[in-house]
Parts: sequence; C-alpha cells; structure tokens
Amino acid sequence: MSDPARWSSPEMVARLRRRRSSELRFRRLGAGAVGLAIAALVVLLATIAWNGASAFVRTQVALDVDFDPAIVGAVARPAEGPESEIDWAALVREALLREFPEVAGRSERRALLGLVSRGARDAVRARLLGDPSLVGRRERVWVPAAADVDGLVKGQLPRDPAASGRLSAQELGWIAALEERGLVRRVFDWSFLLAGDSREPELAGVGGAVMGSLLTLLVTLAVAFPLGVAAAVYLEEFAPHSRATELIELNINNLAAVPSIVFGILGLAFFLGTLGLPRSAPLVGGLTLALMTLPTIIVAGRAAILAVPPSIREAARGLGASPLQVVVHHVLPLALPGILTGTIIGMARALGETAPLLMIGMVAFVVDVPHSFTDAATALPVQIYLWADSPERAFVEKVSGAILVLLGFLGAMNGTAIWLRQRFERRW
Amino acid sequence: MPARSPDPLFPDAGPAPRPGPGPDAKMSARGVCVSYDGSVAVRDVDLDILRGEVTALIGPSGCGKSTLLRCFNRMNDDIPGCRVSGEIRLDGEPGLDAGLDVVQLRARVGMVFQKPNPFPKSLYDNVAYGPRIHGLARDRGDLDEIVQTSLRRAGLWDEVKDRLGEPGTALSGGQQQRLCIARAIAVDPEVILMDEPCSALDPIATAKIEEMIHELRAHYAIAIVTHNMQQAARVSQRTAFFHLGELIEYGATDEIFTNPRVPRTSDYITGRYG
Repeated sequence: MSDPARWSSPEMVARLRRRRSSELRFRRLGAGAVGLAIAALVVLLATIAWNGASAFVRTQVALDVDFDPAIVGAVARPAEGPESEIDWAALVREALLREFPEVAGRSERRALLGLVSRGARDAVRARLLGDPSLVGRRERVWVPAAADVDGLVKGQLPRDPAASGRLSAQELGWIAALEERGLVRRVFDWSFLLAGDSREPELAGVGGAVMGSLLTLLVTLAVAFPLGVAAAVYLEEFAPHSRATELIELNINNLAAVPSIVFGILGLAFFLGTLGLPRSAPLVGGLTLALMTLPTIIVAGRAAILAVPPSIREAARGLGASPLQVVVHHVLPLALPGILTGTIIGMARALGETAPLLMIGMVAFVVDVPHSFTDAATALPVQIYLWADSPERAFVEKVSGAILVLLGFLGAMNGTAIWLRQRFERRW
Repeated sequence: MPARSPDPLFPDAGPAPRPGPGPDAKMSARGVCVSYDGSVAVRDVDLDILRGEVTALIGPSGCGKSTLLRCFNRMNDDIPGCRVSGEIRLDGEPGLDAGLDVVQLRARVGMVFQKPNPFPKSLYDNVAYGPRIHGLARDRGDLDEIVQTSLRRAGLWDEVKDRLGEPGTALSGGQQQRLCIARAIAVDPEVILMDEPCSALDPIATAKIEEMIHELRAHYAIAIVTHNMQQAARVSQRTAFFHLGELIEYGATDEIFTNPRVPRTSDYITGRYG
C-alpha cells in the first residue's frame, strides 16, 4: 500500500488542503475571541478612565478674604467667644460681593453666592486656623467652586445659556468675568481621595469608602485566611476518610456557590442579632465577607495541598518527621502559592460585594472617614452604587472616578498577592 | 506456625525453611501479616535483617516485598485501610506496639524510596533536615560536620561540596538518589531500608549506588528490595524470595542463586516467570 503516487493523488491533495484550511479557521477563531475580549476590556477601561479622570481635578475660585477682626477675632483671642460661633459664611459673602460690587438685590446675591461651594467656608476657616496671624489682613484663598461651575469649566456643561438650563446668562457672565481676572483654576483634587461622602458633589470623596473597604477586608483576611488554611490542611492531611468527611467536603463546595445576600442575612441574624456587634461597622462587614470567602479559600487550599507530590510527604515521614512537621515544613510552603491564588480570588470577590453589606447596614450615607473597626463605614462598591443613584449631574464623574479607585485598590491587592506568590514559589 | 495452604500453581512447594532469630539479627519479623482493606498482601512472614549484611528482597511485582519492607519502619501506618499483625523487633525490642513512638523508630530505621524525592530546598538543608528535627546537632559546626560526613558516605561530597546552596532538585537522577541516601544517613540510623533505589536510574548511576551500598554495609544493617536479579546477587549477602505474599525461600545469596532449594525460586531466578 505504500504507493508514493497515492499520497500525491488529487483526493489526497484535496484532503490535505481541507485539513489545513480547517486548522487555519480554528486558529483564527481563537485569535478572534481573544482579540474581541481585549477590545472589550480596552473600551471599558478607556470609557471609565475618560469619564473618571476629571473626578480627580477640581475647579477652585480665588477669593480675597478680608479677615475682619470683628468677625474672626475669636481665633486670636479665645476670650471673645467660641470659635464655632464665627460666621465664616459672612467672610465668603463679603469677598464675593467685593469682587462684584454691582450685584444688588436678594435673589441676585444668592445666585452669586451659589458660584462657590458650601465647602468654601471650610476652606476659609482651615486657612485661618492654619495661620492665625492672618487676622486683620486681606488674603487670597482658593475655595472649591460649586458643582455646576466645576462642570462648566471642565466642559461638561454647555456655555450657551439656552442649552444649559442649569446656569443663567447672568451666572455665565460672572464666571466668564472670574476667568478673565484669573480667579479660576483647576487643581488635582486630593480631597476626592481623602474626604468622606457628602451631599454636595464637589465635596464628596472616596476616602471614607476606601478606608471602610480597607478595614473590612483586613478583618476578612485575618479571619478567613487562617481558618480556611487550617480547614484545608485538616481535611486534606488529617481527617479520616469517612462519610462525615465527604459530607463536609460536599457542603463546603456548595457553600462557595451560595448567593452572597444569604451570607448577609446570616451576618444580620448572628453578628448583629445574637452577638450584638455594632451595625454598619467594618468588623461585622469583614466577618460576614469572611464567611463568604471561606469556602473559596478552603477549596483552593485543598487543591493546592493535593498538588504537593506525595513523595515529599513520604520522604519527610521516612526521616521521622511528625505529621505536624510534615505539614509545616513541607506541605504548606509548597502549597502556599496556590493557597494565595485562591485567597486573592476570594478577597477580590469580597471587595466587589455589596449585597451582604446591605443586610448589616453598611449600605449607608457615611460622612466621616472611619478610623476603627467599629466606626460606621461604607465600602467602595457601595459608594459607587449610592453615587450612581444620585440625581446630580456632577456625580457621574464621581462614579467613574470611584470605579477607577476601586480598580486601583484591586490592582494593588493583586500585585501584593503576585509578589508574595513569586517569593514563595519553588520548583520540585 | 499455621499450616500453609497448598498453592494450586506450585503444588510441589513445601514449607520454606526459616532460620530462627540469630544473635546477628538487627531486625526480625515473626508471623507478619499485612492486608489492605481485607485483601492479604503479606502472609505470615518470618525474616531477619542481619547486622553488617545486605538482605535483598526479591520476587515478582505484587508479591508483598515492598509492603513487608515498609513494615520495618511502620510506613504502612499512614496508609488508610492497611492492617499489620505479627511481631517486628528491633534489637529484640517490639516495634509494632501501638504505644511505641513511630518518630523515634523511623529515626533508627531510615528509608530510601524508589523515586528520588529530594525536598525542594538546598542540598545542605536536605541533608540537615533529619538532624534538625531530631535535635542531633548542638551547633552549626556540628551540623556542618554531619552534612559533610553523610554526603561523603553517600559518595556525593566531591561532586557537590562547592554548591551546597543549590536546590536538591537541580541534581541528576542518580545524584538525587545519593542525596536521599545521604539524607537518610544523616539521622545516623541503625537500619536502612531501600525500596528499589535504582529502578529509576541508568546503569552508571546504579553502579555508583551499588558501590556505596557495599561501603555502607559496615555501618548499617541494610535491606533492599530489587527487581534486578543481578543487583541482588551483586550487593546482598542474604536473599529472601517472595511470591504471592509469602516468603518462599530465605538464605545466603550464593546459595539462593546457585542452588535454590525450592523449584519456584529457581524458576523465577532463571527468568521462567516474573
């Protein structure tokens, strides 16, 4: 049958051509799928970055504030009354009216004052408290502009009064005048990263949510990692192979697929109801998310431990290592990269979770940045959800900005895990 | 001694002649039976491992020789469903008692496995692991000396003395196996059990290991399981032939290979089956 002519016959040539073209089709299909996925990711990230980049920039207006001793004297001389009774808004009002002396009438003055944010008085106050020697002098202070002014300067709102609907022709004129005099500037907005939430879009920041997520995830990691690793080691290395063990294993695998809100209900009933822990606290949020993360870590940990070659265990046992020594000296170091991979998957899921937090009161408007595990706090994805729900146009860029911060948080977490994994990775 | 059931394949096989525990016996097994989940792997075996000698355990696959070898340092304890009965003695002390500390027994009875299995650590840490967990070295200098002596005895020192920090897994297969032997020696055991130590190695690496076994014989009682008849003849002084879980014949290696008393032994040795 080994006839050379047979291999060059037309049927054979056609066969070969068909085989090659089908292989080519398959390769192109695969490359196309990967390309599509990459394109989708790039479009997604680019959109978020495009919308969110402006959230990190804020518009400021310069005010020449007259620190009138009659108003702010209490700063220099506490005897004149408490600092909390100082009328900071008056300083802002006077500075603005001095800039536009032609403004008269109650409604016009109110519109003029609306150009700067309610946070302007805080900026003025912070300036004076930082330098009490300013009392009795006139000083230029950059204060945050109102959200609409911010949107206009960033080009998000049209400058045509007919199309805008939000700013009147008079307001647009004032803004143009301020810009002409060089009293408007755009700066990097640290307060977006450091401040807590606010009803005023121009004052709202993700700092509180970042801190809340950080504290919550610290609790989650501290609880879920040791418990998960211990459970995985016990099930894989020590547990007798019985019906009961099999049942437990089956249930752990099922737990990994339970909807996350169910863990929230458990957290509400047990941590808040039975144990009476404070609501809205990162401590409770972390414990609830730890319950949710635990199955993921156990399943990944068991797979990693199972992948350690039995010959290593046998070698150590043959030398007289006790079961605990075998695990601590050999199995865990070799399984650690895999365990860390599972942990980071679980933690990333916990970071993006809002449903269980809803049940324990962490889906809330929290103004103060939390500083301890029992302070009221919210989390990054919750913050995004709350802002996305807000009607103000200015929250759109905040949402995208917060998503960028969330992605950065996730990236930092993943980077740490990859770095740790590479440190522990060994060949065998 | 219970009567042996007649083997339908080998009706001519009589009870194997079995020597009593002589004064030279370092380890001895008497009436040892092993079963895995009810199926018998080793049936009523008596065997001595003598001081200063190499005892070879030969026989076809599945005859129970490795299982018996693993009884001597109780590696079978870790296999679920495995049951061992009978009596194993080390220097006349019982070794199968449940109360006996397995860790100490394994420190006195070392083991080398079929596949080289160095730890994914440095060469130094591989050899130093046993002494460290058993607290055999008082200080770093002591440990250095143990590592050096062990590697010398395993014939590996000259090849690796300049790269003790490299991972053990970076060595060739034959070197890895000698590293494993050095690791076993480092605990200063009295008996070394070898489970087909050369089956994964090429002839040159095998020759080196055999040469080493020859030298180690002066210090340790050695039992070796092997599928290689020539190897058994070369390295051992005593040979035990197993078949279907039973000890068929046990005696001086010269005698077993030149003048076996049981026809089954000669059939196996001459290659008629197995």
